[in-house]
Amino acid sequence: MEHLLINHYETAAVILFGIGFLNLLLQNNLVKKIIGFGIMDSAVYLFLASQGYIAGRLAPILVGEVANAADYINPIPAGLVLTGIVVSVSVTAFSLALIQRLYQKYKTVNFDEIVLLARQKGDE
Amino acid sequence: MSKMARSKKEKQTSWQRFCTWVNGGTAEQPLLPAEPAKPKKAKAAKPKKQKAQPVRKEWMGLSRFEHIYRICAVLIGVVMVGVLMIAVLQLPLFGSPDNPSVNEVVERYVEKGLEETGAVNMVAGMILDYRAFDTFGESSVLFLAVTCVTMLLMRDRNNTNKEEDLLTAREHVIEGYEEDIILTKVARIVIPCALVYGVYVVLNGHLSPGGGFSGGTIMGSALILFAVSFGMIRMSQFFNYATFRKITSCALMVYAASKAYSFFTGANHLESHIPLGVPGAILSSGLILILDICVGIVVACTMYGFYALFTKGEL
Amino acid sequence: MPFVYNFPFFSIFICMISGIVTPLLKNGKWAYRLSLFAAGAGLALSGVLLGRIGPANESFSFMMGHFPAPWGNELSVGPLEAVLATAICLVMLMALLGGSRDIFDDVLPEKQKLYFIMMDEILAALLALTYTNDIFTAYVFIEISTIAACAIVMAKDSAATLVSTMRYLIMSLLGSGLVLIGIVLLYCITGHLLFPNLQQRVLELVATGQYTMPLTVVVGLIVLGLGIKSAMFPFHLWLPPAHGSATTASSSVLSGLVVKGYIILMIRLFYKVFTIAVIRELRITNVIFLFGLAGMIVGSVGAIKEGHIKRMLAYSSVAQLGYVFMGIGLGTDVGIMAACFQILVHACTKPMLFSCASALSAGRHHNKQLYALRGAAYENKLAGVGFTVGALSMIGIPLFAGFAAKVFFASATMAQPVKMWMTLLTLALSTVLNALYYIPAVAALWSRPAEGEAGEKQPSNPAFAISTVAFIAAVFFLGICYQPVVTLIQNGLALL
Repeated sequence: MEHLLINHYETAAVILFGIGFLNLLLQNNLVKKIIGFGIMDSAVYLFLASQGYIAGRLAPILVGEVANAADYINPIPAGLVLTGIVVSVSVTAFSLALIQRLYQKYKTVNFDEIVLLARQKGDE
Repeated sequence: MSKMARSKKEKQTSWQRFCTWVNGGTAEQPLLPAEPAKPKKAKAAKPKKQKAQPVRKEWMGLSRFEHIYRICAVLIGVVMVGVLMIAVLQLPLFGSPDNPSVNEVVERYVEKGLEETGAVNMVAGMILDYRAFDTFGESSVLFLAVTCVTMLLMRDRNNTNKEEDLLTAREHVIEGYEEDIILTKVARIVIPCALVYGVYVVLNGHLSPGGGFSGGTIMGSALILFAVSFGMIRMSQFFNYATFRKITSCALMVYAASKAYSFFTGANHLESHIPLGVPGAILSSGLILILDICVGIVVACTMYGFYALFTKGEL
Repeated sequence: MPFVYNFPFFSIFICMISGIVTPLLKNGKWAYRLSLFAAGAGLALSGVLLGRIGPANESFSFMMGHFPAPWGNELSVGPLEAVLATAICLVMLMALLGGSRDIFDDVLPEKQKLYFIMMDEILAALLALTYTNDIFTAYVFIEISTIAACAIVMAKDSAATLVSTMRYLIMSLLGSGLVLIGIVLLYCITGHLLFPNLQQRVLELVATGQYTMPLTVVVGLIVLGLGIKSAMFPFHLWLPPAHGSATTASSSVLSGLVVKGYIILMIRLFYKVFTIAVIRELRITNVIFLFGLAGMIVGSVGAIKEGHIKRMLAYSSVAQLGYVFMGIGLGTDVGIMAACFQILVHACTKPMLFSCASALSAGRHHNKQLYALRGAAYENKLAGVGFTVGALSMIGIPLFAGFAAKVFFASATMAQPVKMWMTLLTLALSTVLNALYYIPAVAALWSRPAEGEAGEKQPSNPAFAISTVAFIAAVFFLGICYQPVVTLIQNGLALL
């Protein structure tokens, strides 16, 4: 338990990941599904960002002339989070565009209804 | 007569049925007889209540599957959170300097970063020099995303209808006549500031927090503000689909070419003739500055492209 | 360093750059030519590379930049990677040739250029997944191939493709989220991202018994994520609608290559990061084995019930992927060798089946229900022959490629008595089931059409002819002279 409290960022990230995961699976509303995906990804970034932190050290931007590894936090997670965020922005834009097209066609964002309507029209 | 024919048909021998099946079924008797033919949609004259019934029935069919699916999904989700929680219990402690992730890799990034990449901002040095292939892939993801959105939302005969065309035409007319005074006056002040700030963030990417991605979004928001306050028509006078395509492709080409040069020289142990400059100066750190500018341009165009495509379906 | 070692990097970059240049071209025709050029160049480069490092049996790692392993990105290349890359480029080229007519019919003229961007980037992503030596690069390219794969499904822009793309996209997002958190956890307990260093740390952790639980979770999450993306049995429901409704070239590429990209990555991770002994110890292989067996049966049953020829082929892909997972699940070198061979066999056979099926339906107003295709083989004999060869190979008739793959699977199980009986029984059952849907389809195609059913004869299409002949040659090559390929795969696995 104490371990979970010290690693509180990771714990929160895991809970958020679960919330996002279930939203992605269970929501019928496509926009909410994508929001669930957003929560899931942000949880991963929170997890990753917390890995970079080292207590009492500076942000990884050089101050002065000589760099000492013991003065700065880990720069790798920051870079990975940046990459991850760009990827999730792209995926989100793509899915929202797809949802917009589906809405144009079926006038609803409820995925079950869309599937039913498609089946009725013999599209699928 | 017809009744007899039908009963004859029903009494097909199993051999005959097998023959039709071998032949891939017929139009009247497809391979999949288990699914009953769906009731034809009620004629328009009939009241709506009857129309709703088949839908309801199918809903119930779906909901049984839904029920099981939901229970499974919740179970999977809960199990996954539990398992991850147990994993977190054993993970190294938060913020401790003895974690496995603090190793020789970090040491070199921090201590030799300035010498080897010329970037004061170690994150910029890491993503644009040490691990540049990842970042090139990441820019390609952005490029792909805007291409996908164009494929989906750019106006064509599949995704437009007359009403929407009329609506857009009307909006264009309104844009031409009415100019919101407050909006335009404020925009005239804010847009240059935002652009300059964005350029500053991009150019200082190797010296301070920021870089191509963050600066690019700031510049993109300035472009979006311009389009909102002065209208898409004014915007398209200097920034249309063709220019958008040219700018993003050229910026990515420069990115790819400079990275290809650096990968090629690096892998073949050739000397790279790019000076790293004086640490801390704007014109320093070799390719990182160029890459940041390219990424900034791509991101700015992409952000504006998303906005324009989502609202109007054109650039 | 020999100049030939640059070729993997060249082939990836040629594909990515052709994707970037494509928007500047005049029209879809030129974009198509550029895509053909990119795939052809990739084929030539990988072929030369294979010719060089295959016989010499060497492997090397290639720095992407000025910094070696724990610091910079790297590619790692051996005989296995070279064989797979050559096959990927070849199949891509042939799929583009075989589906060219349908692309220009199905995709709107102003969007054809964009379609070829996606094809180029998919090829680049597949090559990168085959060659990469860095787990985070692998994640980025997984995302590229996900986005591009969804885009080529929806390119046809009909209601069916939009709905199936949505389903595909949701499942893919789920999969990549799981892979990402797996990678993050792995970074957290090892502190590395490059394969060789990861492997070293993982072996240390296993030896000292540290972080056993997180390591198991990591392997589970990555296998689950990649499994969802490559349609492993319980997560296969997205595949048939997506692959069945897309345009021909998309179906070929998706079934033949994209799902395989993730499996190739999984095999490479098993060897180069976790090591196969650790994976066996964690008992993950048993789970994959059972899912594979189930997939073989469920996919075939789905195909039997399906009357739409392209969806039938898509269900058959689920079954064939089940074979691959079964091979991986054996957890031995021979099993994984058989899985790699099956990847090659399926990559050569399924695209041919898809392009022949749609060439056959072209004379019948693109009606793809099986009953509408009766006698269609007489209107396009080459397509009929191609479909027949593909079907016989999928069933596993001797001399065809599928037979060799099945023999390898059967002989791979000899060492494990329990798994042997399960595998042999399922293999036999699945062969019967395969025959049950492929033979009626072939019989229907070659039966004399009833009065009024016959469609018009199709004009000859040289591109389609080239691709079908090449695929038929590949199927017979893998079915008869498989020994050199198998030797290459074995050497490659030993060097991984």
